[in-house]
Amino acid sequence: MPIVCAERLSKTYRVAQKQPGLGGTLRHFFWRQSRAVEAVRELSFSIEPGEMVGFLGANGAGKTTTLKMLSGLIHPTGGSLLVAGHRPQRRQASFLRSITLVMGQKQQLIWDLPPMESFRVNAAVYGLDDTEAKRRINALAEMLELGEELTRPVRKLSLGERMKAELLAALLHRPSLLFLDEPTLGLDVNAQARVRTFLADYNRRHGATVLLTSHYMADITALCPRVLLIHQGGLFYDGSLEALTQRLSPCRLVRLELKTPVPAQALAAYGQVEAIDGREVRLLIERDQLTGSVARLLGDLEVLDLEVADPPIEDLIGQLFQQGVVQ
Amino acid sequence: MTIAKGLRIARVLLSSQYAYMLEYRAEIALWALSGVVPFLMLALWSQVDAGAAGPQALGLNRLQLSRYFLSAFIVRQFTIAWVVWAFEEDALQGRLSHALLQPLHPLWRYLSAHLAEQATRLPFVAVLVGLFFLLQPDTVWLPSLGQALTALLAIWMAFAINFLLQSAIAILCFWSERASALERLLYIPYLFLSGLVAPLEVFPPAVRAFALWTPFPYMIAFPAQLLSGNPLTISGGFVAMAGWIALLLPLVGLLWRAGVRRYSAMGA
Repeated sequence: MPIVCAERLSKTYRVAQKQPGLGGTLRHFFWRQSRAVEAVRELSFSIEPGEMVGFLGANGAGKTTTLKMLSGLIHPTGGSLLVAGHRPQRRQASFLRSITLVMGQKQQLIWDLPPMESFRVNAAVYGLDDTEAKRRINALAEMLELGEELTRPVRKLSLGERMKAELLAALLHRPSLLFLDEPTLGLDVNAQARVRTFLADYNRRHGATVLLTSHYMADITALCPRVLLIHQGGLFYDGSLEALTQRLSPCRLVRLELKTPVPAQALAAYGQVEAIDGREVRLLIERDQLTGSVARLLGDLEVLDLEVADPPIEDLIGQLFQQGVVQ
Repeated sequence: MTIAKGLRIARVLLSSQYAYMLEYRAEIALWALSGVVPFLMLALWSQVDAGAAGPQALGLNRLQLSRYFLSAFIVRQFTIAWVVWAFEEDALQGRLSHALLQPLHPLWRYLSAHLAEQATRLPFVAVLVGLFFLLQPDTVWLPSLGQALTALLAIWMAFAINFLLQSAIAILCFWSERASALERLLYIPYLFLSGLVAPLEVFPPAVRAFALWTPFPYMIAFPAQLLSGNPLTISGGFVAMAGWIALLLPLVGLLWRAGVRRYSAMGA
């Protein structure tokens, strides 16, 4: 039975409209106008317990709004939603105990006090006794590689340390359903990697379900076998990242290092020339012609190195959002 | 929620909020100092009293007047509520979202923050009261145990009324992003009808009668009169306070249930 089940989920906001300048300001003061914005439009999907699902979309696509509805923060304007057997917007205590929402750009830790103070509060709110709270804090701190940072004021922590402490605070009650909105936002590459390892570990240990949004595709590729792609509030794709790549790009990317430079016209016979930088060449070759074209390249030219890969998923999704259509 | 669990949450919330407030002790000292309006009013009314109308013009003699304004200062210090500003900022910045996602009503957090702030204020208030007694030794008085306990209860109930009234306005943030503007509208009647600038006896009977139908006199004047030992009808005051709490408590609950449906988690 799915742990998340959304059917024709919609959310419409009223947004005030104001023209620039003094005239616009006066008109806005006396005749305030607003328009309806469809942030989420008839979105349907379901998630099974234990799944790790990536939620992809451009800024403003409706990802965060959807997460807010799934966690019960905001009420949908249409459709139906069942999360962990509850209507999220009712925010029943048993529902709140089973979920967590981590927002990369918002913190729950008390700014001027050490993270330990926030953990004590969370432990009391979620009904953990001191021994159990201490045990869980130690276990999570070990997984997150946190130590003396927990007794330093939050304002004195680095962004990476703060994010890890945020995760600890958010997971202390051991939720079975994690909504993560940009949990690695602004972190350096090492900190991103540690957070990813931690999330995979948490998922494995506790069988938790994870729905993750991130602008860093490395987060999605490392953690999420399945992705939901939304655009302008609607669902465009639901499936594996690999299948999405194949669907978005009928070509594979071939990187070549040649012994001597070759003109673009000569290379066009093997595939679409994407870039030439001296002896380094990037070609896009259709998947069904890949083997033949690579064999010909190796036979015809002096190739020092050759690498075949899928085009970067970021580029494909970026193109998709520019085009605005997915088949 | 069991009583033991509720008490544990209260203890932990209060101790962490107290630790937080101590980080801002200098600011709280300044806030305590800024609450000296009753002392200024005492100086003003003392001048009026010294004039032709005589000390009985306010219905209180000079000693009673001094003790009244000192009591008003103490009551004010422990009944101040700022939930509307804190809540408005949290709602606008999206910080309310985290509190809404925990199985504890967010207003409990604001309540514990207020109580922790009162505990932080206590030493500063004690110093100011000590200074007052040093400058006016004839005003020193020690209320009886019964008087002190009833005054304490009245101060606590006055705080409850103020907190609930502000909470009701704060919840209007769900409809209007600047609910604190409404609070400012209430400040003028609060200032004059609460007994902060003058004892209610100064006002014409009609205004006094009207004031008694509002919650304001119970926020300062009634507890201050109790603490200073001035004559008044105790039972009537407590009944009125209980009535206002009984009215405001479900109102806050109703507004919350309706308002939270409109929350859009701005900034989050």
